[in-house]
Amino acid sequence: MSTLSRADVARLAALARIDMTDEDLDRLSGQLAAIVDSVALVAEVAGEDVPATSHPIPMSNVHRTDEVRPSLTQDQALDAAPEAEDGRFRVPKILGEEA
Amino acid sequence: MTDWTRASALEMAEAMAAGTVTSVELVQAHLDRIAAVDGEGTPSNVHAFLHVDAEGALATAAEVDADRAAGKELPLLAGVPIAVKDIVVTKGMPTTAGSRILEGWMPPYDATLTTKLKAQRMPILGKTNMDEFAMGSSTEHSGYGPTHNPWDLDRIPGGSGGGSAASLAAFEAPLAIGSDTGGSIRQPAAVTGTVGAKPTYGGVSRYGAIALASSLDQLGPCGRTVADTAALHEVMGGHDPMDATSLDEPVPACLAAARDGRENGLKGVRIGVVKELGGEGYQAGVSQRFEESLEHLRAAGAEVVEVSCPSFKYALAAYYLILPSEASSNLAKFDSVRFGMRVEKDTIEKTMLATRAEGFGDEVKRRIILGTYALSAGYYDAYYGSAQKVRTLIQRDFAAAFETADVLVSPTAPTTPFKLGERLDDPLAMYLNDVATIPVNLAGVPAMSLPAGTAPEDGLPVGFQIIAPAHEDARMYRVAAALEKALEGEWGGPLTSLAPELEVVK
Repeated sequence: MSTLSRADVARLAALARIDMTDEDLDRLSGQLAAIVDSVALVAEVAGEDVPATSHPIPMSNVHRTDEVRPSLTQDQALDAAPEAEDGRFRVPKILGEEA
Repeated sequence: MTDWTRASALEMAEAMAAGTVTSVELVQAHLDRIAAVDGEGTPSNVHAFLHVDAEGALATAAEVDADRAAGKELPLLAGVPIAVKDIVVTKGMPTTAGSRILEGWMPPYDATLTTKLKAQRMPILGKTNMDEFAMGSSTEHSGYGPTHNPWDLDRIPGGSGGGSAASLAAFEAPLAIGSDTGGSIRQPAAVTGTVGAKPTYGGVSRYGAIALASSLDQLGPCGRTVADTAALHEVMGGHDPMDATSLDEPVPACLAAARDGRENGLKGVRIGVVKELGGEGYQAGVSQRFEESLEHLRAAGAEVVEVSCPSFKYALAAYYLILPSEASSNLAKFDSVRFGMRVEKDTIEKTMLATRAEGFGDEVKRRIILGTYALSAGYYDAYYGSAQKVRTLIQRDFAAAFETADVLVSPTAPTTPFKLGERLDDPLAMYLNDVATIPVNLAGVPAMSLPAGTAPEDGLPVGFQIIAPAHEDARMYRVAAALEKALEGEWGGPLTSLAPELEVVK
């Protein structure tokens, strides 16, 4: 496994939609590389024959009755939005100038 | 005059039933205590609460008192005030999960747990401080400033549920709600001399609990005594169709088990000491109090054996791959569109980038980036896939250990509470706080922490962890109650009664 570079952190931050200043990258890159190096330990014991566990208590086919129940009104759903208009969430434009 | 803030929750319930105190009096006593020690400008400034709902709590209390006066039948904990961790959504009270990105957010609905507390008629005093989105072991990652440990205000109260634990240790509430993803109930309990339990995964509904890592998160009860914690556990538990991971089985009889342990001891109970969770790396006073607790358990009739869980040494690494992976996905919803902060820019993408940069703290950013990395193409198998295999190995270790022991025990945390600021810039050192609590979450089994005393070298609280097999939550309360009885015999009351007095507003 490879270690994490400053450029990797910048790319991942962009993917995760978190703006990072040069200062942020300086501060976080080293810490993240150290964390990645330490967690790489898991590969040591993860043999081919070991099945993966995704959920601690196995459950399957969890159903509930398909019935109409009270839910949020449109006003309630929009109430905490930073901006709303005509019963919808309002957002800044989706495409930039370069698009 | 009785200082009701020092009583246990069950004593309060009994006194209300006997007519010696009213719920309004109890709630007012706790609100007064909060005013005296909690806020900015108070000499102690514990800062356990992010929001206090005096009006709502007093209104609930008055209704309970009226119904009691009218002779109506009431639930066991009706009228007993409670503090709720700010990760649980509460209609009419702001819910932030300790994050600036949710500052001032008023949830439009109640969590199932909130509904249960309301049905139990428990006045909710307010919302408690926590590390942002429950990521941390000290509350220093809260977007609203840290909570201070009532035992020593310069030290951490644990995390992420440091606010809930500190509210108990500072006598600001008799009961509190926590959430435990890797130890966030048990480690704060350990470092504040209080009790906290993580139920079996699925034992308590998580509908309305802001998700951190969905395959690990569990809500649980916090108190100053084992019996109080057991009583609250029963109020919280039960099947909920709104949570697909909720277990469809009866609520475990925790309170009866606690009474059984206290009255009848532990004859025939096999207690397994986990070899890998102790020794090197554990503070001397922590190990000493742990050994003394084992003696008490033997004296109560239990047989103590050693068990080995060799895969536990990989637990921390697996956890810091699984948790960030799930968290990076769960936290994608904070996108500046439907709720929470928006830092307006000319396009939606730039708005999201700027909002998440400003709204999230460093620890949240670290974990989101780590999770994004672990889940990315080319790395998925090596990291996330391997971590899930480790999870299987840890479950096998538990299964083997429970062949030879009814419960497993260890110190809850390797050290007593350290100074605020001490590990803030060293994430790996911070993560080590949870080395003994994390394997439990990876396996989904129930576990709890109760006080084992104070370390001789620093006079600060030490926690004792008890782990039971899945669905056997009641069993840990039986063992805990027997140990608590023996220790309280030495202390003359709960450990919190020995905590130094806080300076109050005159």
